Amino acid sequence: MTRKQRRLTIIGGSLAVLALAAGLVLNAMRDSIVFFSTPTMVAEKHVLPGRRFRLGGLVQPGTLKRGDNLAVTFEVADGGAKLPVAYTGLLPDLFREGQGVVAEGALDATGVFRADTVLAKHDETYMPKDVADALKKQGHWKDDYGAGANGSASRTAQGVVQGVKQ
Amino acid sequence: MIAETGHYALVLALALALIQSTVPILGARLRDGALMNVARSTALAQLLFVALSFAALVMLHVTSDFSVVNVFENSHSLKPLIYKITGVWGNHEGSMLLWVSILALFGGLVAGFGNNLPISLRAHVLAVQAWIASAFYLFILITSNPFLRIADPPIEGRDLNPVLQDIGLAVHPPMLYLGYVGFSISFSFAIAALIEGRIDAAWARWVRPWTLVAWIFLTLGIAMGSYWAYYELGWGGWWFWDPVENASLMPWPAGTALLHSALVMEKRNALKVWTILLSILTFSLSLLGTFLVRSGVLTSVHAFATDPTRGVFILLILCIFIGGGLTLYAWRASALKQGGLFAPISREGALVLNNLFLTTACATVFIGTLYPLALEVVTGDKISVGAPFFNLTFAPLFVPLMIAVPFGPMLAWKRGDLVAAAQRLLAAGVAALVAIAMLWAWTGGGSTLAPLAIGLAVFVIAGALSDLAERTGAFRTPFAIAARRARGLPRSTWGSAFAHAGVGVALIGIVCETTWNSEHIATMRPDDVAKVAGYDLKLDGLTQAQGPNFREMVAQFTVTLDGRRLAVMTPSKRNFTTRGSSTTEAALLTRGASQLYISLGELTGDGAIAVRIYHKPLVLLIWLGPILMAFGGLLSLSDRRLRVGAPKPAKAMRGLQAAE
Repeated sequence: MTRKQRRLTIIGGSLAVLALAAGLVLNAMRDSIVFFSTPTMVAEKHVLPGRRFRLGGLVQPGTLKRGDNLAVTFEVADGGAKLPVAYTGLLPDLFREGQGVVAEGALDATGVFRADTVLAKHDETYMPKDVADALKKQGHWKDDYGAGANGSASRTAQGVVQGVKQ
Repeated sequence: MIAETGHYALVLALALALIQSTVPILGARLRDGALMNVARSTALAQLLFVALSFAALVMLHVTSDFSVVNVFENSHSLKPLIYKITGVWGNHEGSMLLWVSILALFGGLVAGFGNNLPISLRAHVLAVQAWIASAFYLFILITSNPFLRIADPPIEGRDLNPVLQDIGLAVHPPMLYLGYVGFSISFSFAIAALIEGRIDAAWARWVRPWTLVAWIFLTLGIAMGSYWAYYELGWGGWWFWDPVENASLMPWPAGTALLHSALVMEKRNALKVWTILLSILTFSLSLLGTFLVRSGVLTSVHAFATDPTRGVFILLILCIFIGGGLTLYAWRASALKQGGLFAPISREGALVLNNLFLTTACATVFIGTLYPLALEVVTGDKISVGAPFFNLTFAPLFVPLMIAVPFGPMLAWKRGDLVAAAQRLLAAGVAALVAIAMLWAWTGGGSTLAPLAIGLAVFVIAGALSDLAERTGAFRTPFAIAARRARGLPRSTWGSAFAHAGVGVALIGIVCETTWNSEHIATMRPDDVAKVAGYDLKLDGLTQAQGPNFREMVAQFTVTLDGRRLAVMTPSKRNFTTRGSSTTEAALLTRGASQLYISLGELTGDGAIAVRIYHKPLVLLIWLGPILMAFGGLLSLSDRRLRVGAPKPAKAMRGLQAAE
């Protein structure tokens, strides 16, 4: 086999594998990508029932109700709108009223968000990043989160000194 | 004083790194041996000063000196000693210091053990190493100084994030960094080769042990991180396809590909240009991982935009090294001479196939991790790319790769015989088919995919064993002769057999855990019994206990199987007062390679507690596989061919000759 033929075989093989990978990626992108929304965005956009998305916001204080067999309902609010959420299972360690939460699932026909996962992937300031971003964008950002929610990234020595003196 | 000493030592290390990054290059230009040798002494001195700086930070944490910001924010006087030490790298500043310490360690090792390297190559490698080091010293000193003081020292610290107060933190980050940063050596070698415009099989021989060391640590580091997440987070999951995890995973397939292509280069003097590119790419992915995790871009694109100092600095380092490396590559790679010819069906061909699939799989992880970030920056839409995406892309690409794995070692260099290889793999194929049929019958035709995947894993393991059997002549020759041949086999042959079998073992674990995992979630009261996978778990009661810096609620479960009492399991929930946060300590009961797993939820008002109980069949194989791979890597490393400074047998010279 000549050098040219060898090179063609290798290039052909590589292209085949790359095409396969591209096909897999595009196929997966179509089916398995989940968008993120806040209750306000849900209210504005009229999300269809059954369409999966991630809902983020603050757990509205006083709305957490526990039913039988680990069924839980609570409302997620972002200052603009509220959305009732139903979930069955264990809530994560850091789930609290008034704190940020991200739930994944879909709306049912009655407009209740049926979550199958409730995420507790917080940074050390108990604010999921998607929620913090969305709240900041909408201007509902409270300063007591703001102090730390930029994560360790924004904490300078001076900031800490001030924090201690307060 | 300690903090200032540490700070000063770090500045001195930077100064040494700056000397090391210029003088040896100048020496190589002027062909001045003395100037080139500066690299060696500065690399060793740099290691000394960084070690001093790191030791200073450890001292500060151990003595709980809260006048230092870093200690105040991440430590507490009541924290156990081990977590005071590991807390050093449980935060941004400290982990960057660990990063440069390991970088200096590798530089020092090359300086110390690289006596048989050509002097100009060594000078160039160490100089490139010093460029990277200088960039990161500057980063630490300018944006992330761990030695900053507080004017009014507080009495007590804020404590370390409770999730990090675990032995996993002692092992996982150092291992991972040894892997990540270890690839800087192959990067430096690649850049040095491009600068010198000369590369040969001997180059590959020098690079391979360093790549292998990095790869071993990266493999163990990723596996350790996965096990840590499994038992610490309390969800029973062992891989979440989280961007941080992906950042640590990406260099692995690239590094594995590099390991294999360097083999082709060493033995056959082929694939030179590709090997150089892979060296650059692998370390680029390590840098990218550092950027993703350390810049805060994953925490929030907006946080990155509002407080850009750190992120932009690392991004700059990233662009300079990746951009510079690739530019140099584009400019000089054509100057490298092409190597030996080979037919598509040959050992080289099989290794090319391996490289192709590994790099493509790596690219899919890359896309899945960065696409959401790019989309958010461009359109503002927020999406999450989760496990389903990676299961549909990464996993299918591994299937053809794993089918090909057993064939590779069976094929001859230069021109192989596929039919002969297939004949030799007949036994392995039969074993795989038997495994599929048995599983199919046993599970009653439940899941099609699982028996097939396990069959594939059995094929890989049996293929590795039949390669060994083939080489030693086991089953064909008397045992004594086979045993003698087995001893005479190169260690690297044993190594690759172990590593390949490890892939199969891990796959069996993954498939069993995901397919036959049983889960039981319920609220339980004392004396309630939960039945999971044939086990009876009785909740005996709940007690409160006080730990060094936390209070905990401990539940006691008695586990029985067919009326026989097996063990007592005590999962707990810890409440850390300083940070006001809690962690779930899962209880694990190991039975063979399977585990029972209990984690606690919250107390309900009437004295019942929510619990999550899992039975995870053969779950330990998931981590046994990587341990086998790392052990295989270690065996390869001990091969006399790669031992640094060992006299080379005359036979080995064949590898150095041109292939044509």
